[in-house]
Amino acid sequence: MQWLDARLPLPRLMYDSFVAYPVPRNLNYAYTFGGILAIFLVVQILTGVVLAMHYAANSAIAFDSVEKIMRDVNWGWMLRYMHANGASFFFIAVYVHIFRGLYYGSYKAPREVLWILGVIIFLLMMATAFMGYVLPWGQMSFWGATVITGFFTAFPLIGDPIQQLLLGGFAVDNATLNRFFSLHYLLPFMIAGVVILHVWALHVTGQTNPTGVEVKSSKDTVPFTPHATIKDSFAMAIFLILFAYMVFYLPNYLGHADNYIEANPLKTPSHIVPEWYFLPFYAMLRAITFNIGPIDSKLGGVLVMFGSILVLFFVPWLDTSRIRSTAFRPVYKIFFWILVADCIFLGWLGSRPAEGIYPALALAGTIYYFGHFLFVLPVLGLVETPARLPGSISESVLAKHGGSGTPVGAAAAPETKG
Amino acid sequence: MAGRKLRLCFKGVAATVSVHDTAEPNRRDFLYIATGAVGAVGVAAVAWPFIDQMNPDAATLALAEIDVDISQVAEGQSITAKWRGKPVFIRQRTAKEVEEAKAVDLGSLKDPVARNANLPSDAEATDANRAAEGKEQWLVMIGVCTHLGCIPLGQSGPYDGWFCPCHGSAYDTAGRIRQGPAPENMAIPPFEFTTDTNIRIG
Repeated sequence: MQWLDARLPLPRLMYDSFVAYPVPRNLNYAYTFGGILAIFLVVQILTGVVLAMHYAANSAIAFDSVEKIMRDVNWGWMLRYMHANGASFFFIAVYVHIFRGLYYGSYKAPREVLWILGVIIFLLMMATAFMGYVLPWGQMSFWGATVITGFFTAFPLIGDPIQQLLLGGFAVDNATLNRFFSLHYLLPFMIAGVVILHVWALHVTGQTNPTGVEVKSSKDTVPFTPHATIKDSFAMAIFLILFAYMVFYLPNYLGHADNYIEANPLKTPSHIVPEWYFLPFYAMLRAITFNIGPIDSKLGGVLVMFGSILVLFFVPWLDTSRIRSTAFRPVYKIFFWILVADCIFLGWLGSRPAEGIYPALALAGTIYYFGHFLFVLPVLGLVETPARLPGSISESVLAKHGGSGTPVGAAAAPETKG
Repeated sequence: MAGRKLRLCFKGVAATVSVHDTAEPNRRDFLYIATGAVGAVGVAAVAWPFIDQMNPDAATLALAEIDVDISQVAEGQSITAKWRGKPVFIRQRTAKEVEEAKAVDLGSLKDPVARNANLPSDAEATDANRAAEGKEQWLVMIGVCTHLGCIPLGQSGPYDGWFCPCHGSAYDTAGRIRQGPAPENMAIPPFEFTTDTNIRIG
């Protein structure tokens, strides 16, 4: 090991990053989702690589090859259900991870780059999931691809050429399926690359913690192993149990029955819905039913939908509060939970047909979403009176639990900065 | 590129503080910029094939023209042809449908333009401009809802024309948008009657 370390300090890097690395001693279970996401990236890549050994990216046989995986390939049913439900659980974990970041102010200086890398990973995930959903070549695959690539036709002049460039034809067809398969295989590795940068940026600035007070002394931290390792592993085990339950008992619960009908370019399903994790964005797309000046309703919807993610990039500069953690911001805490409820509400609206009262409600939800980021976040930070912050992490832990300042085992471990 | 720009900037700054340096661009500046420009052209030339390969290929473009035999389509009947991967509705409309479409006041239309590829782009959306030239009972149009690309159902909806089940857009008997979120009338593709019973689309 020393021989290798002198030539390529990889063992040292691993030791410093995942064994001796000091983590705040007050991390709660909301902080375990980063590790869970890493596990799910591995699950998706592993199951995806083996599924690609049996899948055929040709519009004539793609649907049949997926059915063949389900019926003929050894363990094919399990691998495919793991991959399909893995995508859903990946998004569950990423949404918890994002809202945890918003709650504890993980985007605030000096962690802006860390946050932006996270938003880039989120965008890559969305592209990957969308293209993956097209591959089984069912009705929802086909018409989802038609509707989503149709967004680009909303842009004047350049819209139609861009759509033809993406599709490789005048409608979704074999050329589209082929390139989506190629990119679906590529993007997870790009995600893995950005994840490395994300973890690197995290280890430069260090983790936040529920108090939002920066680490001040070695009394505030514990070594990554065994403390964070065990806590992360326990959370992973619980999360994987839920995942296994879905895979084995409710494998199609999160899917759509129409996707077991082979794609038919001449017949549209009566009600097109995207996968559940895109529903809030779909609701915002459909919320704009009126023209805004020179922007017609179709382009307006597309701009609002892209804007809803774009706004996340600017969150570090939109939040004017001096206090990092929402735990010490009594008023913002209320608005935070309204935002969570608003996103769930938008998700529900996205699953409804666009008629009756639903578009009006979606518009209200959309206005609140943007209001939160563009109005509440900058203004409330200036006017809110925060609660008193603890002097340090260990002070806050001791106030809660009493007793000695050093947990068993931490004293013996070397607390080197990674 | 970035490194080169930085150095140029630095030279600019140096020029203002040094008495020996002149602000005049010298031969080296020219060489930097010329090298960069040639490099950029080279990168663009290499990138273009990688981008252009994604555009519709020769086989796809070859399918851009089809012939459809309509001798079996009686009055009140429709057929759907597939052109460029999209459905084209070819309908011999009944006299009643034509009358309904003619009776519509143009001012009440959501989209007042014909959207007919065979006519100038500012042609009005009259029934004659929507239908086949000189054969007003024939309607040939791309059966794709102009909202988000679903395929509307024929002879249904409040205007006796087409109704899109996805988001509730209703079209009249001339395929004009009358109600719902779709922004435009359904498109008329470029087509001609080669004989009385044959249509060439594309």
